[in-house]
Parts: sequence; C-alpha cells; structure tokens
Amino acid sequence: MKLWRTPFDHNHSAEPLAYVFIDRERCKGCGFCAEYCPCDVLKMGSELSSKGYQLAVVKDGDKCLACGFCELICPEFAVKLTINNKVHSEIKS
Amino acid sequence: MPDHEGNGHSIIAKYLRQDRLPHIWCPACGIGPALNCFLRAIDKSGLDPDKISVISGIGCSGRVAGYVKLDSFHTTHGRAIPFATGLKLANPELKAVVFSGDGDLAAIGGNHLIHAARRNVDMTVICINNFNYGMTGGQVGPTAPYDVRTSTTPYGNFESPFNLPLLLYASGATYIARWTVLHLHQLENTMTEALLKPGFSFVEVISPCPAVYGRMNKEPEGLDSLKSYEKRSIIKNGADPKDVGITQNGPIIVGKFIDVDRPTLHTNLAVVAERAKKQVKNS
Ligand SMILES: Cc1ncc(C[n+]2csc(CCOP(=O)(O)OP(=O)(O)O)c2C)c(N)n1
Ligand code: SF4
Ligand SMILES: [Mg+2]
Repeated sequence: MKLWRTPFDHNHSAEPLAYVFIDRERCKGCGFCAEYCPCDVLKMGSELSSKGYQLAVVKDGDKCLACGFCELICPEFAVKLTINNKVHSEIKS
Repeated sequence: MPDHEGNGHSIIAKYLRQDRLPHIWCPACGIGPALNCFLRAIDKSGLDPDKISVISGIGCSGRVAGYVKLDSFHTTHGRAIPFATGLKLANPELKAVVFSGDGDLAAIGGNHLIHAARRNVDMTVICINNFNYGMTGGQVGPTAPYDVRTSTTPYGNFESPFNLPLLLYASGATYIARWTVLHLHQLENTMTEALLKPGFSFVEVISPCPAVYGRMNKEPEGLDSLKSYEKRSIIKNGADPKDVGITQNGPIIVGKFIDVDRPTLHTNLAVVAERAKKQVKNS
C-alpha cells in the first residue's frame, strides 16, 4: 500500500518485524542469503572475515518481513533472525 | 532486542551440537541447509527427542550423525540402513532416521536400500543427492546424470543414473518425496511428514557440491547450482516416479510423489510371531 503522506511519527515509531544478525566468525561468503532474501535486506559486503571470506551484511533491516529464509538457507548456521514480538503482537491486535 | 523465544535459532540450539561448529562441509555446500530443515522437522514432528536415533553412513552427508544432539551412530560405508533395521527390531519404540549420501545409500548400500523398502521397515531415509562421491574427490556415483563431468569421467559420464524415486517406488517405499535445497520450507514440511509416516519413507534432497561436482560442471559456486535449480525445478506433487528422472540440463521434478499405506515389517512380524507362539503351544 502506498501512503499518500508519511505519518509524522513514522521515523521514530517504525520498528522492524525482525532483527537479522550475521555471525561474522561463521559466515563463509557463499551469498545464498543475499541472493534469496525476498526483500533485499541482505547483501554481500566488501569486508573480509578473519578467515578471509567476503561477509554478508544487513543492508536494509527495516525491510525484513521475518520470513526466516536467510536463517534456513545459511549453510553455516551463521544467520540468526530474532522476531520482534512487540511489533508482531501489535499487528495481531 | 526482543527475546529469542520461538525463533529458529532456539530450535537449532536445542538439536545442533554447536560445540562442533564450524562443521567440515565446504563453503556453500548444500548439506547445511538440509540439516537445518531436518532439525526444525524434528521439532515440528513433536516426537520425543530421546526416542530418535540418527544413523549415517560414510561421506560428507554421512557426517550429519555427528552434529545432532540426539542418539546417533556413524556406521561403516553403506551400512546405515541395516544398522537402523537392527536398531528398530531390537527397540521398536525408537524412531530410526538414516541421513546419508547418494553414494552411500544407492551404490555400496544399494541392496540395503531396496530391501528395507521392500520389507517396509519403519524408518525415514534422507538422501543428500549431490550426484557424486563428494568426500573422496568427486568420483562418478550411481545418480550422476549421463554425460556429466566427474573426476573419474572427465570426458563425460557414459553410464545411466538411477532415478531414485522410481527405484524406491518399485521396491515398495510408502512415502517418497524430492526437493532441492532451494525449496526449504517444503523440505521442512516434507521431512516432518516423513518422520511421522509409519513404514519406509524416503526424502531425496538435491544438493550442491561446489567443491568437486560443481567445479567440474560449470557450477563452481554453490550459487550457480541454486540458480540452475531455480530455473529447472518444476513442482509436481503426485508425479509418476517414472517421469522424474534427472538429466544433465533437463527439468528437475520436485514434490511429494508417493504417500500410500501398507503394513510395516513390524505389524506383519507381530502377526506371524503370535501365530508361531500359538502353534508351538498346541504342539
Ligand atoms: C568400504 C569403503 N569403501 C570406500 C570408502 C571410501 N568412501 C568414503 S566416502 C565415499 C563416497 C561417499 O559418497 P556419498 O555417499 O554420495 O557422500 P557425499 O560425500 O557425496 O556427501 C567413499 C567411496 C570407504 N570409506 N569405505
Ligand atoms: S565435497 Fe561437496 S558434498 Fe562434501 S562438503 Fe564439500 S561441497 Fe559438500
Ligand atoms: Mg554424494
């Protein structure tokens, strides 16, 4: 849905549906999460990990829909999604 | 940050031996996502984790037994299924799950696979099909499509592969499904169903092996294989197993193909054991 104006309190009240965390020690730069995130939340960064792998980074956390696909597809168990229960209960109510 | 309750990672923490990480699999190998689905399926199935046994053979896929926080056994090459059969016969209360590779299950262990399906032994077999022997350097395997390159067929494979769902169907398996590691939500649901299905259930997981198979077949990155699955996969639940063979560049038919009921080895055995007891008593 397109809003015809941005609500005044939008910037400080909007919380993401979930927080994506990438374990920098575990990520081996395969790119699966960045390629298959349906909302373009993740991307491959330019930074290398301590082991020399190109790290995936969270580009736009606000866009996360909490589908959990990144967490499932990560071959290294390096992506952790934390559902924002507060926003979810607000949506439900 | 909000709490982790109910999130995927609490499930992973419950069933994965995180003290063993990082695991031995190459970057972008498909075994990790398949294992991830398996851990969630165990949780979803509601089965008592103390009554689940995970049995693997030898190979990269066969290392799964060592990463689960469940009773598990790493058997010799090809012998995961007979081990699981014995386990199940000795303790019928256990849920036996075999998690292994195409080479382990369909080459050296091929006879055990078809006979366990024929007997309808109550077990779930999860087969990581990466079309080759990943662990030992990418030799040609029994599921490698015609004409693919492997380290032992550098000019093209001149053999024809097994179509695993058809083989298992002909042998008598009561539940047969296939997904790729891109169909993860479906794979998780299928694994849950398979775990709860009485009798012999078989889940084939098409999985990238970039380090050896991919490198020889113009898919040097795991992502190359995933993109190829994305292009080639067609979901056809209920497809006839004879139509789901995989070729080098043809479509990959995925879905749940077979879900039928047939008395298990245990039910039939109980009937005969009862009959034998009566006859011995009367004689
Ligand atoms: C009796 C015996 N023969 C041969 C081997 C060597 N070997 C180890 S793993 C393997 C193949 C494994 O292939 P697969 O089951 O497809 O597993 P992947 O590594 O591809 O996941 C072979 C032939 C062995 N360990 N034991
Ligand atoms: S050799 Fe292949 S199957 Fe084995 S861990 Fe590496 S990518 Fe995975
Ligand atoms: Mg293999």
